[in-house]
Amino acid sequence: MPNNPGDAASRISALAAARWRIAIILTVAMVLIYFGFIALIAFNRALLAHRLTPGLSVGIVLGALVIVASWLLTWVYVRWANRHYDAALDAIGRDEGAGR
Amino acid sequence: MSLVFLLSQAAAPAAQTRIGQPNVVAMAFFFVFIAITLGITYWAARRTRTTEHFYAAGRTISPGQNGFALAGDYMSAASFLGIAGLVSTTGFDGLIYSTGWLVGWPVVLFLIAEPLRNLGKYTFADVVALRLRQTPVRIAAAIGTLATVIFYLIAQMVGAGGLIKLMFGLSYETAIVIVGAAMIAYVLFGGMIATTWVQIVKAVLLLGGAFLLAMLVLARFGFNPAALFRAAAERYGDAVLAPGQLVSNPWDAFSLGLALMFGTAGLPHILMRFYTVPDAKAARTSVFYATGLIGFFYLLTFVLGFGAMVLVGPDAIRAVDRGGNMAAPLLAELIGGTPFLGFIAAVAFATILAVVAGLALAGASALSHDLWVNVVRHGKASGTEELKVARVATVVLGVAAVLFGITFKGQNVAFMVSLAFAIAASANFPALVMAIFWRGFSTAGAVASMLVGTIGTLLLIWLSPTVQVDILRHDSAWFPLKNPALVTIPLSFAVGIVVSLLTSVRSTDAENAQHERRMHMGSAGD
Repeated sequence: MPNNPGDAASRISALAAARWRIAIILTVAMVLIYFGFIALIAFNRALLAHRLTPGLSVGIVLGALVIVASWLLTWVYVRWANRHYDAALDAIGRDEGAGR
Repeated sequence: MSLVFLLSQAAAPAAQTRIGQPNVVAMAFFFVFIAITLGITYWAARRTRTTEHFYAAGRTISPGQNGFALAGDYMSAASFLGIAGLVSTTGFDGLIYSTGWLVGWPVVLFLIAEPLRNLGKYTFADVVALRLRQTPVRIAAAIGTLATVIFYLIAQMVGAGGLIKLMFGLSYETAIVIVGAAMIAYVLFGGMIATTWVQIVKAVLLLGGAFLLAMLVLARFGFNPAALFRAAAERYGDAVLAPGQLVSNPWDAFSLGLALMFGTAGLPHILMRFYTVPDAKAARTSVFYATGLIGFFYLLTFVLGFGAMVLVGPDAIRAVDRGGNMAAPLLAELIGGTPFLGFIAAVAFATILAVVAGLALAGASALSHDLWVNVVRHGKASGTEELKVARVATVVLGVAAVLFGITFKGQNVAFMVSLAFAIAASANFPALVMAIFWRGFSTAGAVASMLVGTIGTLLLIWLSPTVQVDILRHDSAWFPLKNPALVTIPLSFAVGIVVSLLTSVRSTDAENAQHERRMHMGSAGD
């Protein structure tokens, strides 16, 4: 057992809160992007039918961008988790090991 | 220049298609696929000795492999043949599905994948039941799992029978029996190891086939997608590039979108895959790869759908199959002749086989791990016994799938995929999220939430226009939405919260700290 479990527990709590914040912000972003797209389909067809070039309607471009946005959001999360979350977990594990 | 070429191609009448006639190339490709996957199964069978192998491939799958396997589990024939068909006959409207089927994956990554890997063992019920009373929670979770799996399975089997009949000229029943037998063989002998590799082979074939087909289409338009879309608009009117009739009711669109987005995060055969990797970080990385692969695939469906619209034509596509499902195979035939048609047909068959194998394994784990071991035997069964029960459950589910396929022959079962997503989103997803993130979640709250989610979804689907108008041919339906997720997801959350607040047993700070620790550091951190 770690010799100061309370300290590790509070560090995990802080990290859990940070992860929850990131997860919720990114989930809400995804919901807004996708349902924003659906709302445009439902309520503003004229905008989506508008042509940027003879072959590209705003609708097709936005549809492709929803997919690109999904990629970007997963990339943002993985980058945060790999850099900060994993490092913080490693540090907690290391300090416990040192205190044994 | 591409347009001139295009107009000359337009004269090709669809009556010349060889779809539906026995196709030597398709048969050859298909038998190669069966031989390879059964070889994998033989190899995997010798490595499947414990429940951990059978359910979770010994937790030795790498993130890259699991990324492909997740993509393979998820990209069903419905997304390959169905979306291409929908886009080729309706244009832009089909793209609503292309995007909707992807946006659930980031949600899986942000909310589910890592906590699930750290908190559970084999099934998502492990996580829901972790801090609660096993028996009632396991039963409720198994009902949600089996409902999702069975409706998904029926849709796949009926689709498989029809498609194989169209593409290979085999009888419907023969096709169903072949699919059922191959599925049982993979899962029974090779467990998760074989199922994972079948998914990987299938994902590579499907992505490769779709990419090749899309590139051959784009080659005719100077590798410029906009030129392809312009050709579609010039031929069939500007409306094909804009929203049309599919979304006549905005609330229907929101409800379907919710089911697709949150249903992905509640599909048992997808959730189960996160236990096949060594740790939570590997689970995270595998979703990142899967999102990339699946998104790439759905971008290809833009090209395949509009390519089939321009080169084959909506009328010719509907003439072969009213639902438009043959758009991609017809396109392959037009571009690469009978050999390419054979290849794409074999890929579609492989796709169906792989998806039903994943579903069968998820259903078998609910029957054996959740119901038999944790309810009937109160968690006291030996590993040998559990493995035996899981194998019996696999055979039972395989036989049931064949019988379902034959029973529902000729029925309209397309709605069952969105029904499966609605149940997953309303019964499995809310309970999972509350069990992971809310310390006040109680046994009664979990059971009530999952049962209300499952039963509410079934009831409202029955009362919806999907069943009442489209199938039973009544004039109107009591419930206005085609997909009930807009009502049932919030309802399931609300029931879970209210019942938990009424029955909550306060957990101690030490228990909460231990749960939090395990969620982030895994059970090794205990």
